[in-house]
Amino acid sequence: MASENGCGLCKIQINNISVKRGGEVLLSDVSFHLHCGELTAVIGVNGAGKTTLVKSILGEIRHEGQVTFESHHGEKISKITIGYVPQHLDFDKSAPISVEDFLLVGRTNSPVCFNRKRKLSQELDNALESVGCLELKKRRLGELSGGELQRVMLVNALHPLPELLILDEPVSGVDVAGSEQFYKAIMNLKKNYHMAIAIVSHDLGIVKEYADNVVLINKTVLKSGTAQDVFGSPEFKQTFFSVAEGGGDK
Amino acid sequence: MSGIYDMLSALLPFAWADYKFMVNALLAVVLISPLMGILGTMAVNNKMAFFSDALGHSAFTGIALGVLLGIRNELISLVAFGVFIALVITRVKNRGNTSSDTVISVFSSGSVAVGLLVLSYGGSFSKYNSYLVGDVLSVTKGELLTLLITLICVIVIWALIYNKLLVISVNKELAASRGIKTSLYENIFVIVVAVVVMLSIKWVGILLINSLLILPAASARNLAKNSRQYLVLSVAISLVGAISGLLISFYGDTSAGATIVTVLTVIFFITYAIGSRKK
Repeated sequence: MASENGCGLCKIQINNISVKRGGEVLLSDVSFHLHCGELTAVIGVNGAGKTTLVKSILGEIRHEGQVTFESHHGEKISKITIGYVPQHLDFDKSAPISVEDFLLVGRTNSPVCFNRKRKLSQELDNALESVGCLELKKRRLGELSGGELQRVMLVNALHPLPELLILDEPVSGVDVAGSEQFYKAIMNLKKNYHMAIAIVSHDLGIVKEYADNVVLINKTVLKSGTAQDVFGSPEFKQTFFSVAEGGGDK
Repeated sequence: MSGIYDMLSALLPFAWADYKFMVNALLAVVLISPLMGILGTMAVNNKMAFFSDALGHSAFTGIALGVLLGIRNELISLVAFGVFIALVITRVKNRGNTSSDTVISVFSSGSVAVGLLVLSYGGSFSKYNSYLVGDVLSVTKGELLTLLITLICVIVIWALIYNKLLVISVNKELAASRGIKTSLYENIFVIVVAVVVMLSIKWVGILLINSLLILPAASARNLAKNSRQYLVLSVAISLVGAISGLLISFYGDTSAGATIVTVLTVIFFITYAIGSRKK
């Protein structure tokens, strides 16, 4: 097992992230860190700002505070590769684009519709195989089920190989078998590539099973620590159980 | 060049091949239709059918501007105004405003009106009638050369931006998250479309140009399962429609542009029927 990844990244620090939009506070003073080789789950009720947090880390929305990357020796790294699997991909289901077309785009500059390179094709087969969906290669993107699409998006996010992988509700609306297969692939990545993985999830069962660390947020960090710590905390009970009584999330 | 004519007349032992204008027209559609077939695939994938329609209509104002500014070659003002309006419409579209199709239609009808207003001054509009439906039979040798050069340029640019446009057509945010400068590539594409549309408008006509761009790709989409089939079918359908339309128009004594578009429309409905039966 590798103890370091490609760039020697060790820690991703999220420092005092705040996001305001039109006077409304979406996130306030969120700080925690992500470690390489660990899976961190971000949990919280609907509207707690989980997706906003992801977009801040990706640099897609304006925010206060900083996200910094640190190597094993405590040195700052200016830029890392981030792989991102969005919660829901909004695209034209009737488009004549195959899984192969879609995944080749990131791997070559010559038009993918006339790809004849054996090596690329082999590389793609291996990547699809690693998440157990080689049989999807020739299928149209629009024909895939939710779980299949998520795995294809995962393959997409893994090239070029990221130091940080962010998954936003990766298996919402996916059946149990699909979800298990997905997480098996994720655990392999964590082990083999010493990747930092952040998962935004609603599914507390999955979080309990797979997460090394859990961050509970609601506009700000309410509680963070191991799954056991967080799940046993009064903040956790208050967030999920008092809301449930009010007819909310879970 | 005369070698090409000799070869064609040897290859094509038909009555129509004796007419030089028909051979020229055939060469013109053989150059224009792959152009439209290639660009159409991306235009349809990126949901730009309405955009290119407005672009075609803006040709009226392009010609009018040329007349007002006293530019001898109206192609210059046509292309310049086409590129301008293409960039403006793209900008408006990307604002993310829900009413962008309204704005595009305002551009479309506005530029028709302004163009007609200027060109009809003094009752002289009939001079520009040929722009409405085009006249592919009037194409000259020099113009064929321009078309050939355009085709080569478009293929080169297409090869350079194809992959980027493909991801953008799937999802813009996803493309941006992969470090693709989405508006740069979109702008390059709309400029290419604008130049090609304006260069072909004289032969295809303002009323028909959009069909030539959209119909082959839309038909190919009914059948294609991946991007290669899509492109190959689009170019093939475009060529078949254009060549057979041209020949039918010769024997039927109809307008070439209108006949070509009618053939393409029939092909669209056939592929639509086949495509929906398969699903």
